[in-house]
Amino acid sequence: MQIRYTDALIIGGGLAGLRSAIATSDRGLDTIVLSLVPVKRSHSAAAQGGMQASLGNSIMGEGDNEDVHFSDTVKGSDWGCDQEVARMFVNTAPKAIRELASWGVPWNRVKKGERSVVINAQNTTITERDEAHGLINARDFGGTKKWRTCYTSDATGHTMLYAVTNEAMKRGVIIEDKKEAISLIMQEGQCCGAVVRDLKNGSLVAYVAKGTMIATGGYGRIYKQSTNATICKGTGHAIALEAGAYMGNMEAIQFHPTPMVPSGILLTEGCRGDGGVLRDKDGYRFMPDYEPEKKDLASRDVVSRRMLEHIKKGKGVKSPYGDHLWLDISILGREHVEKNLRDVRDISMTFNGIDPADEGKKGWMPVLPMQHYSMGGIRTTPKGQSINVKGLFSCGEAACWDMHGFNRLGGNSVSETVVSGMIVGNYFADFCEETDITINTKVIHDALEKEESLMTELLAREGDEKIYDIKDRMRNIMQEKVGIFRNGKDLHDAVEELKELLQKTKHISIENKYRLLNPELEEAYKVPMMLKVALCVAKGARDRTESRGAHYREDFLKRDDANWLNRTLSYWANEEDIEPTLKYEALDIMKMEMPPAFRGYGRKGFILENPLSSKRQEEVDKIIAEHKGDRYELQEKLMPYELQATYKRKNERLGDNDE
Amino acid sequence: MSREISITALKYNPSNPKSKPEFKTYTLEETPGMTLYIALTKIKSTIDHDLSSDFVCRAGICGACGMVVNGKPRLACKTLTTDFPEGKIDLLPLPTFPLIKDLSVDTGSWMKNMSVRVQSWIVANEVTDISKIEKVVEPSVAEDVFELDRCIECGLCVAGCSTAIMREDFVGAVGLNRVARFSIDPHDTRTDEDFYELIGDDDGIFGCMSLLACEDHCPKNLPLQSKIAYMRRKMVKV
Repeated sequence: MQIRYTDALIIGGGLAGLRSAIATSDRGLDTIVLSLVPVKRSHSAAAQGGMQASLGNSIMGEGDNEDVHFSDTVKGSDWGCDQEVARMFVNTAPKAIRELASWGVPWNRVKKGERSVVINAQNTTITERDEAHGLINARDFGGTKKWRTCYTSDATGHTMLYAVTNEAMKRGVIIEDKKEAISLIMQEGQCCGAVVRDLKNGSLVAYVAKGTMIATGGYGRIYKQSTNATICKGTGHAIALEAGAYMGNMEAIQFHPTPMVPSGILLTEGCRGDGGVLRDKDGYRFMPDYEPEKKDLASRDVVSRRMLEHIKKGKGVKSPYGDHLWLDISILGREHVEKNLRDVRDISMTFNGIDPADEGKKGWMPVLPMQHYSMGGIRTTPKGQSINVKGLFSCGEAACWDMHGFNRLGGNSVSETVVSGMIVGNYFADFCEETDITINTKVIHDALEKEESLMTELLAREGDEKIYDIKDRMRNIMQEKVGIFRNGKDLHDAVEELKELLQKTKHISIENKYRLLNPELEEAYKVPMMLKVALCVAKGARDRTESRGAHYREDFLKRDDANWLNRTLSYWANEEDIEPTLKYEALDIMKMEMPPAFRGYGRKGFILENPLSSKRQEEVDKIIAEHKGDRYELQEKLMPYELQATYKRKNERLGDNDE
Repeated sequence: MSREISITALKYNPSNPKSKPEFKTYTLEETPGMTLYIALTKIKSTIDHDLSSDFVCRAGICGACGMVVNGKPRLACKTLTTDFPEGKIDLLPLPTFPLIKDLSVDTGSWMKNMSVRVQSWIVANEVTDISKIEKVVEPSVAEDVFELDRCIECGLCVAGCSTAIMREDFVGAVGLNRVARFSIDPHDTRTDEDFYELIGDDDGIFGCMSLLACEDHCPKNLPLQSKIAYMRRKMVKV
C-alpha cells in the first residue's frame, strides 16, 4: 500500500491551485500540488484577454474603484452571485495584480501622451496622464463601465501562470504532474485526502492530508463544442460528488461569443474590447441594433444570444460547418493586431489561413458561440470550504463560492483564480493549521482497494457498449439539448438519455486488457464521472423554470426573482443512484448591497419582481441619503463582509481620486 | 476534394514488459482544416483506442504536444495535414525526454529541473506592499520582458539541440532564454555575476555550439539566437 502524508493536498495545478499552494507554503505547511499535466500547461494558460482589477491608471479607467467593479460583477451575474463574495473579490483584485507585477508578470504599461484607439468603430485619440506613465494599463471588456482589464498582449493567462508557478517553485512547493485524483478518502464525513493514479505508470497511491483542495477548473468537455482544453472534464467535481459534496448552480454554463469556426479555439474578448466588431453575411455591424448602449460589448450571455438570434433571421454566413458570423479586427490596424492581438493572429493564420490584420473582408474571422466557462461548481462557503463536507475546500473555476452567479464577466475569471487562491488559500491554511486528523489505516486501505477493484472490474466487463460511443453521445446531447437556448422538452429528454447512458457504461467492454497505461481504461472510469456532472447540469437546467444570465429558457423568458432567486444544489444522495438529487438555497435580498434590478443590457421588462427588491432598495436609498463619511464606511453600513485584514486594506490609486 | 492520408506512429508502452517498440500505420480520410490533433483524436476514438499522445489546449498555447513530424520537432496541434503533399506523415515522440508511452513524453520533469537550475523566478530584496501603487516600469521595458516571457516550454528547442543530446544537464535554449528574460526584468535585482553562477559553464551558456536548430523550430518565434549571443557576451565579461 503506497501512502503519502502531507498537511495540505491541492488537486489541480492551474492558477487557483498554485496560488493556494503559495498561501499554505508561506504558512509553513507541507504542501503537495497534483496536476494532470505539467502545471505550466494548465488551462489557465489559455486565458488570453486579461484580468480585471480596478486600478484606474489609464485615462479610460479614471474614477474606477471597487464599487464600480462590484456593481458590474453583480449585474453581470444577473443578481445570482453572492454579493459578499463579490465584495471580497473586488477588494482583493488590485492587490492580486500588484503582487503578480512584483512576481514578474510583464503587464502592459501606460505610456503618457496621446494615443489612437478604436471606440465604437471610430478612430479616437485619448491622452494618458503624465503621472500614470509606467503604471499598469487596461483595455475595455464586455459588461464593464470602465476600462479595467489588465493584460500582457493576448497571452495574459500564460504570463500569470508562469509567474505563479515560478513563485511556487521558488518556495519549494512539491508539484507532482501526471497525477490524477480518482476518489476522495472519506472518514466519518470528513475528507482526509485522495486516491491518486500516477499517469506515468498507472499505479495507485493514497495521499493523506489534513485538508484537501479541489482546484481543477471547469467541466466544458461534457459539451461537443467547447473552448476548454482537453483536460477540462469535470472529474474533480465528480470525485467531490461521489464523496457526497453539494454542487452549486451547475446549469450556469457560459457560451463565449467568439470561438473560431470550426476548431472551437477561442478568440479573446479583447478583440472586441480593443474595438473589433461583429458582422453578418452582408458585412453589416448588427450588435448596435440589438444593444444600443453596450453594442458589441454587452455581457457574454447577451451577445451570444443576440448572435444566434441574428443567425435565425437568416443573416448568418453559410459554411460546411453550419452558419457563422464574422469578427472584424482589421479596423484596429495592422500594428495594433500584430502587437496586442498576436496570439489571435497566429491562431487565425494557422488554423484558418486568415490574416486578421488584412483590410476588409479578407481579414474577417469566422466565429460562433460555444461553451466556454462553468459558473457552477463545488458549493462552498465564502471561505472556500464545502458547505457539507468537512476538510474539503475548492477555489477557482471548480468552485461555486459564488462570485459569478449566472453569468461571468470577461476578465473576471483569471482574476478570480489568483484572488480566490489568495483568500481561500489562506482560509485553507488556517484549517490545515487547526486540524489534526486521526485516520485508521483500514480506511486508507479500503479506499485504495475500492479503486483497484474498479479497474479490475472495468477490464473484466464483457458488454456490447463502447465507451467512446457513449462519450460522443453525451457530448452531442449536451450540445443539442442543454445549449444556449433551452426548453423543457429537450431538457427532459436530455436528462432521460443521460441516465440511460450512465447505465450503459456498466455494459461496456475494453479491447485492450492491460491494466497500467491504457487510454481506453482511462476513458472507462472517466466517462461515468463526466455523465454525473452532465446530469447535474441538465437536471438543474430542466427544473429551473426561468431565464437568468446564461441560463435561458425559451419557455420561461423572464428572470423570476419571485420564485427563483436561489442557488441550485445538486448532489449524489446514494452511490447507486442514476441521477442527482436537487435542492435550493435561497438568496437573501434583505442583506444585499444591490437589490435585484435591470442590468442595463439584454431585454427590457423581462423580470418577475420580488416585492422584497423594492423594499430593500428603499432601505439602501435611505442609508445612502443619511450617510456621512467616506465610501468605505458607507459600504460597511450597506453590507458588512468578512475578509482577511491584509486583503481588506484600502487600495491606493493615483491621486486617490475615488472619494 | 478529400484524400486519404496515412499516419505512421511509434507504439511502445514501457510500463508493459510484453510491449515491444513498433510502428503502426493508420489510414484515414483528410477533412478540411485537419490538424494532427484532429487526426490523432479520430484515430484514437475509431481505429486504435490504445494510442497515447499529449494534447491539452489544442491551440498552440500550452506547449504539450511536441512530437517529431517527418523528422522535425513540431507542435502537433498547430500542424495541418495539408502541409504534407504526399499525404504520408511519420510521428515519433520527442527525443531527449523520457518516453511515457507511444507519442507521450515526460517534458514536465525536465522543465522543472531546468527551472530550478536557472532559478527561474524573480529575486528581489524589497518586500512589496500590494495595497500601494505598483512600481513604475517603462512601457518598452515591459514589452521587452513580455517578448521573452512568451516561451511555452514545449521542448522543441531541446529536442532539436545537439548539445542537449551530448550533455544531459544542458539547460537548453529554453533555460538560456529564461535567464535573459530575468536579466532585463526591472523587478529582479540579480547582477551578471549572480547569473554567471547559474549558467557560466558548459551546461549553461558555454555549452551552446550555435547550431541554432532551437530558433528554427521555436513555435513562438522567440529570438533565441540573438538572446543566447547576448547572454554569452555578458557572461564572458564577468
